[in-house]
Amino acid sequence: MMLASTANDIFWMSRYVERAESLARILGAARRMSAIPQVLGDETNEWESALSAAGQRQAFGEADAPASEKSVFDWLAFNDKNPSSITSCLRQARFNARAVRPALTTETWEAINTAWLELKRFSGSSGRARDYNQFLQWVLDVSLKVNGSAFRNQLRNDRYWFSRIGVYIERADNTARILDVKYHVLLPEHSSVGGSLDYYQWSAILRSVSALTAYHWVYRQSFKPWLIADLLVLKEEMPRSLASCYQNIATYLDELALAYGRQGPAQRAARNTHARLRNARTEDLFQHGLHEFLEEFIAENNKLGMTIAEQYNLV
Amino acid sequence: MGTTSFDEMNGHDGDCRQAYAELQAWLEETPKELLEQRRVEAEALFRRIGITFAVYGAENAEERLIPFDLVPRVLTAGEWKRLFDGLVQRVQAINALIVDLYGDAEILKAGLIPEEMIYANPAFRPEMVGIDIPQAVPVVIAGIDIVRTGPDEFFVLEDNARTPSGVSYMLDNREVSHLLFPDLIARHRIRPVESYADELLAVLESLAPRNARDKPTIAVLTPGSFNSAFYEHSFLADKLGVELVEGRDLFVRDDELFMRTTEGPKRVDVLYRRVDDDFLDPLTFRPDSMLGVPGLFSCYRSGSLTLANAVGTGIADDKAIYSYMPDIVRFYTGEDPILGNVPTWRCREPAALSHVLENLADLVVKEVHGSGGYGMLVGPAASKKERATFAAKLKADPDNFIAQPTLALSTCPTFVDGGIAPRHVDLRPFVLTGADGTRIVPGGLTRVALREGSLVVNSSQGGGTKDTWVLED
Repeated sequence: MMLASTANDIFWMSRYVERAESLARILGAARRMSAIPQVLGDETNEWESALSAAGQRQAFGEADAPASEKSVFDWLAFNDKNPSSITSCLRQARFNARAVRPALTTETWEAINTAWLELKRFSGSSGRARDYNQFLQWVLDVSLKVNGSAFRNQLRNDRYWFSRIGVYIERADNTARILDVKYHVLLPEHSSVGGSLDYYQWSAILRSVSALTAYHWVYRQSFKPWLIADLLVLKEEMPRSLASCYQNIATYLDELALAYGRQGPAQRAARNTHARLRNARTEDLFQHGLHEFLEEFIAENNKLGMTIAEQYNLV
Repeated sequence: MGTTSFDEMNGHDGDCRQAYAELQAWLEETPKELLEQRRVEAEALFRRIGITFAVYGAENAEERLIPFDLVPRVLTAGEWKRLFDGLVQRVQAINALIVDLYGDAEILKAGLIPEEMIYANPAFRPEMVGIDIPQAVPVVIAGIDIVRTGPDEFFVLEDNARTPSGVSYMLDNREVSHLLFPDLIARHRIRPVESYADELLAVLESLAPRNARDKPTIAVLTPGSFNSAFYEHSFLADKLGVELVEGRDLFVRDDELFMRTTEGPKRVDVLYRRVDDDFLDPLTFRPDSMLGVPGLFSCYRSGSLTLANAVGTGIADDKAIYSYMPDIVRFYTGEDPILGNVPTWRCREPAALSHVLENLADLVVKEVHGSGGYGMLVGPAASKKERATFAAKLKADPDNFIAQPTLALSTCPTFVDGGIAPRHVDLRPFVLTGADGTRIVPGGLTRVALREGSLVVNSSQGGGTKDTWVLED
């Protein structure tokens, strides 16, 4: 049993920290890609891809500037007026955390509060230009500390489970978006083209979910686009894959149901999605079209968030 | 003024008092650079923990720190014993007074306090008349402000009987001292304050309504995260292990209070509320309040809910009532007060008013309902013009003011501007009363006026805090 408003704040705090981390990974991968000589490429602009992966292309478009490293970093990393920037996410996470401080461990609270204090170092025109890499690394560290401290010290009760559910719903959303932005380079017929550009594109996808090394350990062969899709959608041992996210979501929702002595539509929906991902084969992903599959998944994942909110009075 | 003050380390004559011997030695052997380094560490620590407060009206002050002074204040076992006895006696009298005022009003019948001082007082809540206060304990948590002028001269300066704050600083200051000066702590035998949350929980549970379940449900009610004392509210909920709720988390059904949880409604039995009377229940008090819960007061009236503190306890911390406190203590306890009052002129009495007007340069004049150090005149520190302006205010509405002599408040060694210097202090111990009596964790919040010569210790006016050590026998 916990206050519904506390559950809501915890859920969103976790989502915002996870979102900040995901944005940092997307920006990191884009930086890497943008360093590839244009000779290899067509007109693809990595910075536009980064905006798309973050679901920010339209919002950025209204800012009316060409997508470049500086303009995209300004928008996705530092812009206080963009509610989906890294700094806004961390600010919002701290706001949620402060409202429910007693529900967090001291270490988790201090990790978020310290991040919020340090944020000042990076904001303002003076600080930000210096070192993008340093900033991105810092964001990853913050997320690591927030999650690690909860993993290490937090009581395993509904507070913890709601925070985990928030993390995995957000993560599933992010992985699906990253894949969807580049789905065209993952289509099987694309492989025949297979130039160096593809190689870089594939590695960029893997990088943005920290799966570059994992790919080689799992498949022990050179990049095959369908294997990349397989890894990020269906492989449960890959922590940022959709299957792994849903394994976790289903588990934590079941813990809640067990503790509360009652199941509901959220448990059923999560278990269904998880079962579908577990039983699917790689071919199935492409049969109906990868893009369609991902779009559907993103919508379903969103809906699960709302079902949870309804079932547990969060709204 | 500074020269005549009693210094708690060096007395009147400059000889180090025994309780401070270890501390003085430590201050002498510790390089000032190290103290400065510790001060910076302490500040970082407080920021990281998030111990901040908001000052209303101040720009860019969303979250400020109350300065923590490194040098602890030391009280002996004997000094504490007397304070303890005096505080218990006083708080018991305050509780009896409130029960009486909303009950048979014996004290008014006895003619000890003028009736109009009670019934015309905005802090008096007619809604409370005739209500059965659980266990006859309206003031569960009291913060009594104590000042000192000499080795044995302790006075009560103010009774805070509504929602006294500051206890989180008492506890956090000790925590920080342990982190920063383990060596200094090891040289003393200090009585612990850490049991405060356990004591508070026991007291709140003891006051649960009769129809509550075995393990009553307790919650802390906060106005929200924008409130200046929000840190303390969340701190207390955390230490108590209870939910921190806002008005929006609560609702009333059939004269019972419920909170909205992930498993549906759950009844609340005891509410430690940190929301003022006015805002508790828009159906009974201010109708425009967004902070409270419609119908909350009817739960209290029906006996299904205990409020800590009760509604209407402010009548006891009114500064005009304060001046009657020695008589009030005698009336209810049949004993002489152990702790005295600071002499107080009630400006509502013509003779007192003319005395005050003549001696404005030597007096401190306070608004009867004021708090936080606002709306007061410190005569000796004020300019001629300020005094004249204030005199006009005073003449226009004498009932609204009391006056007290400027006391030579005691000083304690304090780390300022890279060195140790005496600064004026007061003390707020936190007095808890439950069904089984009154208890006080040995210690309190020492507030220190960081500006040289200043007597205003309020955090909103540039005051700081100190860890307060009560030594074992």
